[in-house]
Amino acid sequence: MFFIGVYGFLTRRNLITILMSVELILNSVNINFVAFNRYLYPHKLEGFFFTLFVITVAASEAAVAIAIIINIYRRFTTINVEDVDTMKY
Amino acid sequence: MVANQLMFLIFSLIIVVCSILTVTSRKILRAAVYLLFVLVSTSGLYFMLNYQFLAAVQLTLYAGGIVVLIIFSILLTSHINQKFEPVEWKKSLFSALASIAGAIVTIITILDFKFSVTAEAAKEVDMRLVGNSLLSVGKDGYILPFEVISILLLAAMVAAIVIAKKTGPKNPQSQNNNQS
Repeated sequence: MFFIGVYGFLTRRNLITILMSVELILNSVNINFVAFNRYLYPHKLEGFFFTLFVITVAASEAAVAIAIIINIYRRFTTINVEDVDTMKY
Repeated sequence: MVANQLMFLIFSLIIVVCSILTVTSRKILRAAVYLLFVLVSTSGLYFMLNYQFLAAVQLTLYAGGIVVLIIFSILLTSHINQKFEPVEWKKSLFSALASIAGAIVTIITILDFKFSVTAEAAKEVDMRLVGNSLLSVGKDGYILPFEVISILLLAAMVAAIVIAKKTGPKNPQSQNNNQS
């Protein structure tokens, strides 16, 4: 699933789909954390809390990214990565 | 036990299939809905592992918050039935190669690794335990990351508002650019 997310990150050109791929990647890591915590170290809670924090970071990241995307759309009227090249060079 | 395994199979199947569909679907709104399915079945997995609080957080924050945000931004920025042009096969092939190679390496490593199972009893994760250890400064306390994450959330909120608001009268040049 992580690598499906990576694939999406590499192939997509729309900013929002890239954002969704990032969510997929974070989610797969979360599943790993929780499963390892449950089955290998059930008396501790490190994975549990780390997953909590990852979810929070993902939420704030999504909020900021969507604000940026909307701003870009307002300025360029497109959200294709290749058409937004003002800051290149 | 069999029912448990069956549930796990169903959930993981939904996760894998829907995440593939998320990155390959050519209609963006459908991709968002597939992402919603992935997140909901992930929270189902958490329920299966007896982490009810985490599953609830996953449902409310991810499935409730982030997907709604994403769908909002999709509706703001593109037409509903707009299709992407298909990805060039070269790009798609090389990305797929890279991801599959990475997946194979990871799976081999995981299968090779000898996991040592501890004999200690599982801790029951209830709300009281979560709250106490989230705010305690002693051993098994997570007060520092908690505070850091609260600052981060505040900063993200302020940043999102500042970025997304229209440029004020301080900067008439860019405002004109916006309107034109």
